[in-house]
Amino acid sequence: MVEAQAISKFFGAFRALDRVSFDVHEGEKVVVIGPSGSGKSTLLRSINGLERIDRGRMLVDGVDIHAPGTDINKVREEVGMVFQSFNLFPHKTVLENLTLAQIIVRRRARADAVERAKGLLAKVGIPEKAGAYPSQLSGGQQQRVAIARSLAMGPKLMLFDEPTSALDPEMIGEVLEVMKALAREGMTMVVVTHEMGFAREVADRVIFMDAGVILEEGPPSQFFNNPAQERTKLFLSQIL
Amino acid sequence: MAMGDAKRQPQVIEVGDGAAIPLKSDVGLFTAWRVAFFGAVAALAYLGLTQPDPYLRILLFVPDGILVTFEVTMASILLALVIGLFTGLGRLAKNRLVNGIASLYVEVIRGIPLLVQIFYIYYALGRIVRIPDLYSAVIAMAVCYGAYMGEIFRAGIQSIPRGQMEAARSLGMTHAQAMRHIIIPQAFKVVLPPIGNEFIALLKDSSLVSILAVSDLLRRGREFASESFTYFETYTVVALIYLALTLFFSKLIGHMEERLGVDKRAA
Repeated sequence: MVEAQAISKFFGAFRALDRVSFDVHEGEKVVVIGPSGSGKSTLLRSINGLERIDRGRMLVDGVDIHAPGTDINKVREEVGMVFQSFNLFPHKTVLENLTLAQIIVRRRARADAVERAKGLLAKVGIPEKAGAYPSQLSGGQQQRVAIARSLAMGPKLMLFDEPTSALDPEMIGEVLEVMKALAREGMTMVVVTHEMGFAREVADRVIFMDAGVILEEGPPSQFFNNPAQERTKLFLSQIL
Repeated sequence: MAMGDAKRQPQVIEVGDGAAIPLKSDVGLFTAWRVAFFGAVAALAYLGLTQPDPYLRILLFVPDGILVTFEVTMASILLALVIGLFTGLGRLAKNRLVNGIASLYVEVIRGIPLLVQIFYIYYALGRIVRIPDLYSAVIAMAVCYGAYMGEIFRAGIQSIPRGQMEAARSLGMTHAQAMRHIIIPQAFKVVLPPIGNEFIALLKDSSLVSILAVSDLLRRGREFASESFTYFETYTVVALIYLALTLFFSKLIGHMEERLGVDKRAA
């Protein structure tokens, strides 16, 4: 589904990603962890082209997304993204947030889009908020709407960029529950997070990044109980 | 705390010249606005009733001009809004040529007095293409104000958080779709107050077109004054009418903003 081949990304002289290679198979749940500034968000954002890479190749569903001539919008229709800061459209209702891209990008009929949106709002547990504006929702509700908005496009792959980092502690659980349900349904997911409980429970594979490189990766049982690298041990001891 | 409140303030973008729209906090019974507006209207009524010659005659002579002033202002502001939106988008364009043209337009126009621009379009360009007076006036005002509007739109669009564009693009929208459906509608709300100020400024500046053979309020006053030699009386009436008009519209726009700007985001 995703195949990164030696990708590098520079911000000026700063090397945010240093020849990173990894892949994500269909149906796999990959959790990316690491200290801030390690390049994990940059890595995630390069998968849907929000961040341009300077070297290497990024294949998504077989398409080289940074190649000239690639229609990045076509790729993005298949790749959902959930942001730390939700980024709901404040001038539109919850329902409109969910239907807009379906109608203008997927070219679905309005009635179909609305039906799909309502189904997804029920799925994330807030069907009664369809007519509300984002500001009228709690942070946890906003993030659930943001997840539903991405799902409304019917993506093959979902990217999560620290989806619970901007939430009050009591709201983290409701968002993680939605993500776990999505994982159980077999969605392919790449999640950047600091929620180690979620990583243990849901991840097929954990990737640990530091200073723009992947230091270690493996199944959560091995990663958390028996990390190979000293740097990983240090990081885990600091956050657990 | 004061700091917490300051954080929650809606985003305000910089306004070029003095704000003409009364502040919402300015609500006392004897505010400057009330005193000036009702004072101007009362003065006109008093003069017209107590000294019908020449005041009532002036008051009956100039209303045609008020209508023309209003028409020129409305036509110019609408055209300036369109020019301004495209200029603002042009100033933000990555394409160097588009960006360069928009920037050059803004710099050149802002560097030339409006009166000179009106002369230029009517007399200088008039040597090449003859444009009717009224159109010359409207074009000159719109071209001039379009440059200022462009800067307002640019600032308004830039004030929308980057995450909005990223969210729209990650849903597969093109840049143009994201601009049209997500960024510009939000920017419009931000630019309403400065645009209201531009409208008031344009209403006043429209008196410059009396230089051409456009029979606006000032022109009608001048016609009356030069025939009757009642300069003092006529220009007193003209000034009071401009004052009442400006204050009336600034209040109207203030109300409109309050209604349109009802923050849907507020819980």
